[in-house]
Amino acid sequence: MPESYIIDDRDQQLFLLNREALVCADVLKAEMKNIFAKCWIYVGHGSELKSPGDFVSRRVAGRPVIFCRDQKGEVRCLFNTCRHRGALVCAERSGNKRRFMCMYHGWIYGNDGALVRVPGDEAYPDSFDATKYGLRSPARFENYRDFWFMCLDPDVIGLHEYLGPATGYIDLVIDQSPSGRMEVIGGIQEYDVAANWKLMVENSVDDYHLPATHATWLNFMANSGVKITPPKDKNLLLPTHGKAVDLGHGHFTTDNINFRGRPVAAWIPLYGEEARPEMAEIRAELVERLGDARATRVADTNRNLVIFPNLVINDGSSVTIRTFYPAAADKMHVIAWAVGPVEESASARARRLDAFLTFYGPGGFATPDDVEALEMVQQGLANWQDDPWSEMSRGMAREDEQMNSDEHHLRTFWRQWAKLMEARP
Amino acid sequence: MSQTLPALTRADIEDFLFHEADLLDNWRLADWEKLLEPDATYLIPPNEAPDSDHRTTLFTIADDRERIRQRIIRILDPNCHAEFPHSRLRRIIGNVRILSTEADLVHIQANFACWRYRRNERIREYIGQYRFILRRTPAGLRIRERRVILDAHELGSLGSVSFIL
Ligand code: FES
Ligand SMILES: [Fe+2]
Repeated sequence: MPESYIIDDRDQQLFLLNREALVCADVLKAEMKNIFAKCWIYVGHGSELKSPGDFVSRRVAGRPVIFCRDQKGEVRCLFNTCRHRGALVCAERSGNKRRFMCMYHGWIYGNDGALVRVPGDEAYPDSFDATKYGLRSPARFENYRDFWFMCLDPDVIGLHEYLGPATGYIDLVIDQSPSGRMEVIGGIQEYDVAANWKLMVENSVDDYHLPATHATWLNFMANSGVKITPPKDKNLLLPTHGKAVDLGHGHFTTDNINFRGRPVAAWIPLYGEEARPEMAEIRAELVERLGDARATRVADTNRNLVIFPNLVINDGSSVTIRTFYPAAADKMHVIAWAVGPVEESASARARRLDAFLTFYGPGGFATPDDVEALEMVQQGLANWQDDPWSEMSRGMAREDEQMNSDEHHLRTFWRQWAKLMEARP
Repeated sequence: MSQTLPALTRADIEDFLFHEADLLDNWRLADWEKLLEPDATYLIPPNEAPDSDHRTTLFTIADDRERIRQRIIRILDPNCHAEFPHSRLRRIIGNVRILSTEADLVHIQANFACWRYRRNERIREYIGQYRFILRRTPAGLRIRERRVILDAHELGSLGSVSFIL
């Protein structure tokens, strides 16, 4: 292992990343300990659990969990592991259940995790206390406005403090909804990428790559009547001004003036003439509720937000929540959801989903090329021992505000990552 | 006029599907596009809700005719990195059935297996079912709706669907 994975020389304005961080199985092992077991990790959104008994089972940071709403309506996160001899107690991906029965010997748990029945329990000694054998939960489980996170470290700071100023950016997304309630829309997208998970963090906010990687998306937009004109300002790479903001604890966001259309609420020809009146109404509601300045913030800026280490909330062509887990040093699982205001009309919802597919997902007009880029990087990294450093100094010489097309926010991630990885308990 | 149409046989449908598969596998997308009706759609729903509506549910692909046109432009462009160089595709189609006919529309289903070969040894298998609505026209069968349902439990393992499946 190198002494440090990053060279962060502010005097020389040089930032280099040792590529070993992206290829080594040992690094992944250390990440599971120092990062995934120490940070708040996104589990799911409360709207996925509409009624008591609703559950989804998924793997979060490698742990099979049941994310569910118990009979009292409380949101829970239970480890999907029988307390008897370890089998999964829930094999379905989602549904509604009062009880989870282990198929192996038949132990039965309530959806609050309590062990409620043990077949043949007379054979257990008197000292066997069923109340001690409820399904386990992660050490901490908290939410911010229905975004639920778990942490395996009992001593971690509270979620709200962890998120810090990032909460303001989550609020901006939620402000799309008149009632302040956003919901996950049915239908999950999943796509594995044969690349290190940290490359997805970088890619999710790296606006530098847009013109090269997404040339065909830009072409599609042009074909659809959305003129994206190259900037006159030589400092800009993209048509409008955008910045990158460090939000602390390794979180960061881009914050860009919109040029690509937004379901709430910036009309582009792609949405069709017939969408215009309704979008004007959506816009008027924003202004009425939030005032001019805030409405402009909500409707006319695009933001790709990363909550360290592996949650991305993109508020761009549509709103998407995306999270990803390493399966190996060179492989990750990606899950993505579309999100919209609960009270959205049928036509606005359809427009949101259509806009989503113009860009995002395994069949979108942009994401497949991102996947390709990440896999090309991973394949190129096979030379890591002979060519060990990645160059990430872009924008470092800038004294003033950091641009979205610089690498400042990527450095923010890597600095936090290196700090946690180098912490020796 | 529908009464005057001669009966359609499974062989007719098979001929059509085999022809379509050949065009798609060989990236003859301009010719494939000629098989589409002006109101054609191309849909890949989430496999847990294969019959759902793309206006209320997030699909992998939900193209109308214009979006299909744009998709073809995109994937034939050398800047479509996910498909350049093009994947090699090979699909086998079987269990073809005519489900129903109404006027000039024919509902059919068929099973497919499609293998996708990319450089650097990545092989992906897409197994599933085609559910199409075809229209009988004087020029032959044309596609009105093309719904592709994937069977994989872990759709993630398929990666991108950056070609026409
Ligand atoms: S392992 Fe679950 S009941 Fe035995
Ligand atoms: Fe991208």
